[in-house]
Amino acid sequence: MAIRVFLTLLLFLSSAILSFALYEDQAGLTDWHQRYIGKVKHAVFHTQKTGRKRVIVSTEENVVASLDLRHGEIFWRHVLGTKDAIDGVGIALGKYVITLSSEGSTLRAWNLPDGQMVWETSLHSAQHSKSLLSVPINLKVDKDYPIIVFGGGYLHAVSAIDGEVLWKKDFTAEGFEVQRVLQPPGSSIIYVLGFINFSEAVVYQIDSKSGEVVAEKSMMFPGGFSGEISSVSSDKVVVLDSTRSILVTIGFIDGDISFQKTPISDLVEDSGKAEILSALLSNMLAVKVNKRTLFVKVGGEGKLEVVDSLSDETAMSDSLPVADDQEAFASVHHEGSKIHLMVKLVNELDNVLLRETIQMDQHRGRVHKVFMNNYIRTDRSNGFRALIVMEDHSLLLLQQGAIVWSREEGLASVTDVTTAELPLGKDGVSVAKVEHTLFEWLKGHVLKLKGSLLLASPEDVVAIQELRVKSSGKNKLTRDHNGFRKLILALTRPGKLFALHTGDGRIVWSMLLKSPSNSQACERPNGISLYQWQVPHHHAMDENPSVLVVGKCGSDSSAPGVLSFVDVYTGKEISSSDIGHSVVQVMPLPFTDSTEQRLHLIADTVGHVHLYPKTSEALSIFQREFQNVYWYTVEADIIRGHVMKGSCSSETADEYCFTTRELWTVVFPSESEKIISTLTRKPNEVVHTQAKVNSDQDLLYKYVSRNLLFVATVSPKGAGEIGSVTPEESSLVVYLIDTITGRILHRLSHQGCQGPVHAVFSENWVVYHYFNLRAHKYEVTVVEIYDQSRAENKNVWKLILGKHNLTAPITSYSRPEVFTKSQSYFFAQSVKTIAVTSTAKGITSKQLLIGTIGDQILALDKRFVDPRRTLNPSQAEKEEGIIPLTDTLPIIPQAYITHSHKVEGLRGIVTAPSKLESTTHVFAYGVDLFYTRLAPSKTYDSLTDDFSYALLLITIVALVAAIYITWVLSEKKELSEKWR
Amino acid sequence: MTTTTPIIRSSPILAFIVLQICFIFFISTLPCSSGSEDSYTITGRVKIPPSNVIGHIAKFSNVKVILNGGQKITFLRPDGYFTFHEVPAGTHLIEVSAMGYFFSPVRIDVSARHRGKVQATLTETRRSLTELVLEPLREEQYYEIREPFNILSIVKSPMGLMVGFMVVVVFLMPKLMENIDPEEMKQAQEEMRRQGVPSLTSLLPGAGASR
Repeated sequence: MAIRVFLTLLLFLSSAILSFALYEDQAGLTDWHQRYIGKVKHAVFHTQKTGRKRVIVSTEENVVASLDLRHGEIFWRHVLGTKDAIDGVGIALGKYVITLSSEGSTLRAWNLPDGQMVWETSLHSAQHSKSLLSVPINLKVDKDYPIIVFGGGYLHAVSAIDGEVLWKKDFTAEGFEVQRVLQPPGSSIIYVLGFINFSEAVVYQIDSKSGEVVAEKSMMFPGGFSGEISSVSSDKVVVLDSTRSILVTIGFIDGDISFQKTPISDLVEDSGKAEILSALLSNMLAVKVNKRTLFVKVGGEGKLEVVDSLSDETAMSDSLPVADDQEAFASVHHEGSKIHLMVKLVNELDNVLLRETIQMDQHRGRVHKVFMNNYIRTDRSNGFRALIVMEDHSLLLLQQGAIVWSREEGLASVTDVTTAELPLGKDGVSVAKVEHTLFEWLKGHVLKLKGSLLLASPEDVVAIQELRVKSSGKNKLTRDHNGFRKLILALTRPGKLFALHTGDGRIVWSMLLKSPSNSQACERPNGISLYQWQVPHHHAMDENPSVLVVGKCGSDSSAPGVLSFVDVYTGKEISSSDIGHSVVQVMPLPFTDSTEQRLHLIADTVGHVHLYPKTSEALSIFQREFQNVYWYTVEADIIRGHVMKGSCSSETADEYCFTTRELWTVVFPSESEKIISTLTRKPNEVVHTQAKVNSDQDLLYKYVSRNLLFVATVSPKGAGEIGSVTPEESSLVVYLIDTITGRILHRLSHQGCQGPVHAVFSENWVVYHYFNLRAHKYEVTVVEIYDQSRAENKNVWKLILGKHNLTAPITSYSRPEVFTKSQSYFFAQSVKTIAVTSTAKGITSKQLLIGTIGDQILALDKRFVDPRRTLNPSQAEKEEGIIPLTDTLPIIPQAYITHSHKVEGLRGIVTAPSKLESTTHVFAYGVDLFYTRLAPSKTYDSLTDDFSYALLLITIVALVAAIYITWVLSEKKELSEKWR
Repeated sequence: MTTTTPIIRSSPILAFIVLQICFIFFISTLPCSSGSEDSYTITGRVKIPPSNVIGHIAKFSNVKVILNGGQKITFLRPDGYFTFHEVPAGTHLIEVSAMGYFFSPVRIDVSARHRGKVQATLTETRRSLTELVLEPLREEQYYEIREPFNILSIVKSPMGLMVGFMVVVVFLMPKLMENIDPEEMKQAQEEMRRQGVPSLTSLLPGAGASR
């Protein structure tokens, strides 16, 4: 008996040490992390000195980064705030990276080698205006030329050494907008050229040391300017007038301004709206007219002359001084699947320094930007490298006719994510050839054993890591039993669809959305959202699964939509269509046709809904359920419920188009409430059990409805940022609304609280995060909703006698008797997004995944946000797993699923179930991508990777040996007994 | 400052003196205020003690200071100082994001009446700060620490338990047998012999009765 007690105690101990988090050597086994920067806006090369060659880039995701020019890796990177867009970047004194951001009001200097911020200066700005950064290119470090910054109506001169503002000039009164700052080398006079109301050109000559205006000249231009400008020399710029048909050369030699107009029609016969392509070319100008690129030479007296023209669209770089006072520039144009990179001298266009043809992936689209850099080859000739930004936001370095490296920066702007299955493995291929010989196998396991007992040397650790990655077979392109290998489909803002492998995050295939009609209006649609179109399982087994990509041409809400159907296995577009109406809302319906294609409804701005796929079978299925289709729309302070009315055949001949009518409205008082957040349950969520058993054997029925909408409103004053409102002025109200009837099932008001509200809705509970102004802390509240009408069913006799109402149909029309339980807790961090784990059958307990302001993801057991928590739980409640109530939710560092990584710029977390019930896939996206697999209640249905087979084997061997030895011993003993 | 408010209303001269005293006192302790009429500057400092956590080197270049949940983000200078410019008067929240450390959010009261006087309170510990120097509450270790090799861990594993049980049976059982009085032992053995091998029938009450 004592032994048994001892054993159970040991067993209990061994189960208690099962840890919650990862060991350090387990990092990277099931998770991966990819770092991106986004679409590059500016690039500055730093290659002069010996040592590391790097390029400093700033991007549309507000990232400033230093990249290795040899491999494209990130040396350092900083993600600025979302409202801190970078306007300009430069290198000062050869050691500082200067960035101008926030519309020219923040100037920062970063240390070039390690990215440490050196100084930060806030510049005064009074109005919104174009901002401009001019960093002097001085080769002599000892002379400190100031950085000239224009922004918000002020011109500032800032010392590059410590960020001190040397002088500032106020141009707010006259509405002067600086277009160009020219700092002639060796002179202390700077030329500042700008426009007043785009009709008057003004040139100031300012002493860069004191900020004194030495001379000022202005001249009216009656036609007005368009704002596009190109510098051609130290005393000349070329601008376009407001009609975009006349090029105006502005010369300001010695403070005299002169205009010289050249109509486009003089340069080229087929005139049209012109566009200046180049920003800075010496004595040259590149103009785009009617899809043709003209190279215009600017003569000494401002005379313009066409010297070359290219028939295709071209991307141009700025010009760059090469040897012997000559300047070169790079241009890239397309020809079929190839791109041509040409580097020419500005003065002699016939002299092509470099002509390279590079095969380019069609799915990268067109070249958007070119940045050029030169280097001296060993034979003292000039070599050139070009950094190009493609339409899909990818960044490539071209050198010597080849792509040296490329970065898929489109993945920094993921807009929607879904998952898809991999193809089934063919017999013979799927059989894992992992262990070749028994010896190898044993050796591997002994190594693992050593690792788990901390006896391994560093070399062993490396070997173990390699072995683990290899043996798991996680990178194969076939389905596995546990559903661990999947494809993550990510749609990006430039309209490119990526399929990432969950094993290592590599890109399996990628596809750029194309406009189906190749119309002029919509060259390249933007990606909006992704839907599962066809998931074959019962019928149509031999069909490949496919996804629906919804795109839009243009940015306004009434822009026409584009649908594209993509085969998940191959990444090929099956078909695409220009749907001819706008897309406001896409609603997947719970019906599929005979080929397992899911029916979708798309609502447009006019108030019609359109049915897809456009087949008669889909139509007949839809007609059957016509009366049961409801949908809702959310406006600023109104929620409207809609129902199908009839076909809109009276207006159009389209039989797949339907009209709707308004069924209900919920109007919030606009003076006191403003909707800031709405949320529904995930439509594909699985709920395992409808009831919850209390500790006192009481039964609670969950109110599980797919038609619940969570709405959070704040007082209009409290809709702003924290700090802009006092506790008395703001209150937060949350509602649970039935979207079929518009009935408000629950209302909860939080006085003295404000948004932003981040919420997650699963099963019968909502958890939301908001700011409590009185306590000045963040709070998390959980609301659980239970069904009262079925509460009487817990009597066994009623069940036996059949007097229960469990079989009564659940309908939204009947008035539900619900009651809610809620509880609030403090939470010590700002939150960017919240998600919840989802498993195949919904049995496994849930974890909240909280994306914190520090771009980490915290996994928090749902048990911590349980309204039944009390200060002193009874013994029965403790056994049930109820945690004593605390006022603050714990932040356990080991519960960060991102461990030592940051998902910079975190925007969303997506979870998807694997086939194994205990495990769920988690994918987080922002500027970075992060993937991991989670087991919220530990992997109770499979052995962990850590399971030591060697130890098992050794134990068995030891047991067998012991049995043999004891047998021999007992034989001997028996013999000796018999002899006695 | 709520206590001074009624005084200000009643007597401006007294209030002025109080204000002056407040000013002298706070300027000496808080380095954090300057600015134009409605927007102020918050200056503070992040101090990270020299760390012995493996894997995290306290680098200022990876630390972000966040105002009001992301409204403004700034970075640290080499000396650990940070500045938020153009902050309106009111109550704000500052958070520090640094890998490997947990910082309490800080409640910042920027007073409009006292030209941007800054009052700081840690929201987690409710401790008010005389200077805006932010220090981590604790270090964060993101990984479980593997326990070093010990016999206990092997013993605790299921296989270890199996071996342990076997050892107990092999070595302790004979000892237990020895401890039994030999006479008693003999008696027991005799009894067993008399009864014979216990069969299933003997266990059944009905069968036993029929015999």
